[in-house]
Amino acid sequence: MTSSRAAFAAILGKDLRAELRTLQSLPAMALFSVTTFVIFRFGLDRTSLSGSLAAGVLWATLLFAAVLGINRLFVAEREEGGFDAIRLAPIDRSALFTAKAAALLVYLLALEVIAVPVFALFFLHDLGGLVPLALVLLLADLGLAATGTLISSMAVNSRARDLLVPLVLLPLVVPLMIAATGATEPLLALGGPGYDRFGTWLMVLGLYDLIFGLVGYAVFDFLLED
Amino acid sequence: MFGKGLRPLSIATVAMLAAGLSLVFFYAPIETDQGIIQKIFYLHVPLAIVALVGFVVGGVFAIAHLRTGNRKWDAYSYVSIHMSVIFGVAVLLTGSIWAKASWGHWWVWDEPTLVSFLIVFLMYATYYPFRYAIEDPERQARYASVFAITAGAFVPLNFMAVRMAQSLVHPRVFATANGGLPGSMMLTFLFCLAAIALLWVTLVKFELTAKSASGQVKRLRRALDAPAPGSGSRIAPEVS
Repeated sequence: MTSSRAAFAAILGKDLRAELRTLQSLPAMALFSVTTFVIFRFGLDRTSLSGSLAAGVLWATLLFAAVLGINRLFVAEREEGGFDAIRLAPIDRSALFTAKAAALLVYLLALEVIAVPVFALFFLHDLGGLVPLALVLLLADLGLAATGTLISSMAVNSRARDLLVPLVLLPLVVPLMIAATGATEPLLALGGPGYDRFGTWLMVLGLYDLIFGLVGYAVFDFLLED
Repeated sequence: MFGKGLRPLSIATVAMLAAGLSLVFFYAPIETDQGIIQKIFYLHVPLAIVALVGFVVGGVFAIAHLRTGNRKWDAYSYVSIHMSVIFGVAVLLTGSIWAKASWGHWWVWDEPTLVSFLIVFLMYATYYPFRYAIEDPERQARYASVFAITAGAFVPLNFMAVRMAQSLVHPRVFATANGGLPGSMMLTFLFCLAAIALLWVTLVKFELTAKSASGQVKRLRRALDAPAPGSGSRIAPEVS
């Protein structure tokens, strides 16, 4: 138990340190999301957004920015032999899954710390919905981290690499996006945040996180066997 | 290897389908509200149920593959999903025809059952590019199994999320107590469901037989092409 917790901390620390030093994923994700907001401003020809349109723009942008990070999540492992090292080490292999998912969660939260304020600055008049939105973001990020880590670890060992993550991940996260946009829509409604079916959507998000967290944890071992 | 019992199974399937269609056209009453177009229900709904169950069954085979390491289960899982995707195309087509006749549109977005099925179908459509992007056959089988398990868990969750997001227009005949269907319609429906399920099983068996046969042919051809042990060059004529 302690050894797998130590392994988790070591892998997570390694990932975050590598990201801080190389800045490979995060700046790209943040820049991508800001540019996408600008494109939406002209694509929709709106200078302010609310309700379902705001929720859609925000979540589509965050999801595609997340795909960028998910694509790169295991690249270092493949290129520098990290997979072999994990296989050789006398640790529980699931530690790699939890650590990578935690790293991805940190990236996503960092992305949102940048992207959501920019979104609010660009498009929102009423900022009251942003506080409960943080809860929705956190729950959606957990699910995205679980599925993203699973798909990324498989895609990186395939021939089609960067192609597979968007291809397989997008249909897989459709329920997550339905729940996330469903909860976000009333929060960003014109004339103050509403809480229409807010709790129900949070429950769907939680259920998604639970199911795919467990599935990912259970099947990840088989992806490392060789 | 898989070919045993294929002939009686095929005959039974044809008989069941013929009997089912006879029931649909000569026994089941014509629905007062929708008329003759409602008959497509006996094809559309069983196809959809069988396809969805087939997806989940593919996931169960995948679990068996990961637990035992026997590649046979991966073949079962692959063929189950493959057949369900084909059934899925039929579901979308028959559903569209019914929707056009009944609601006046080929596709209705605020209809949870349609949208859920489309999402599940798209999810499983990515199974092929995913599977064939992995070269090593052993790893391919393992990764495909992981995909099948993940997607199998996704099916019910997706239906729940989409249903919660939208209104209710799609006829939900089984939601009400005792089905809400008259007995003759229920009987016909159950018969058709059994026939379509049998069709699925038969097609899966055919596909497995074809796959194992072509694998055998490939193995034999390789054995023929390989130089026999002890012999020299394959190009030079053998001199004895």
